[in-house]
Amino acid sequence: MTEKENVLSRKFEIQGKDFSRAGSISSKIKEILQETGISNSIIRRAAIATYEAELNVVMYADKGILYFSLDPDSIRLKIDDKGKGIKDISLAMKEGYSTATEEYREMGFGAGMGLPNIKKNADKFTITSRVGKGTTLEILFCLNNSEVL
Amino acid sequence: MTLKEIIHLLQAELICGESHINDNIEFAGGSDLMSDVLAFAKPGILLLTGLSNSQSVRTADIIEAKAIVYVRGKKPDPEGLKLAKKKDIPVLLTEFMMYTACGLLYSHNLPGVYSESDKKS
Repeated sequence: MTEKENVLSRKFEIQGKDFSRAGSISSKIKEILQETGISNSIIRRAAIATYEAELNVVMYADKGILYFSLDPDSIRLKIDDKGKGIKDISLAMKEGYSTATEEYREMGFGAGMGLPNIKKNADKFTITSRVGKGTTLEILFCLNNSEVL
Repeated sequence: MTLKEIIHLLQAELICGESHINDNIEFAGGSDLMSDVLAFAKPGILLLTGLSNSQSVRTADIIEAKAIVYVRGKKPDPEGLKLAKKKDIPVLLTEFMMYTACGLLYSHNLPGVYSESDKKS
């Protein structure tokens, strides 16, 4: 945990396949944001995107790290996972495309909506992936209508 | 429509969130697929679902649902119920199937979440 020059940073570890704890980090981040006075609509978008990203690590990767930072102009999330990676990112970004197992579908997820929903909620979203290594998501939310992209 | 009226209409049991019984609910949505809920829901929604794992409650919290109705006799697992209590989310249980529960609410003027397909119809 570091706090300097009006930047609040947190680092969270996500355990792959640990479905029971999926979402706990998103809840924590939501609580942090609710203490800051940021508008509810931004908090909600950030919470949804964080939850989707967290679920993706749980469902598809062995483990991951979520970096969260908050400064006066933006909320930034970076999710680095160690896993099988994504072969075709443009395909993965299509609504409805999914490689989820039947087990995860029965749990209510894996409908191929996660990545598109992150993009929809974020002000800026980038995804990079290496097959056999892992995937990195970078998600940004602007505060106060500031131009920080 | 108040939560109290919804409980009556769905012959439901309220198992937590009693303090919200007079809260007003303005719209609802039903799905067992939390992926869809995360994509379509709006704050204040009444979420109807048959998915009983703790992620149904987690999703309700993230989307800021006003209450959850578990249909067809389902109930949240212990972890989910604990989370609902912690987050102060009212939980209702009804024996009605999803279609019937949604139909009852809709026919008593509780609208669904706005969507593009609603606009076309």
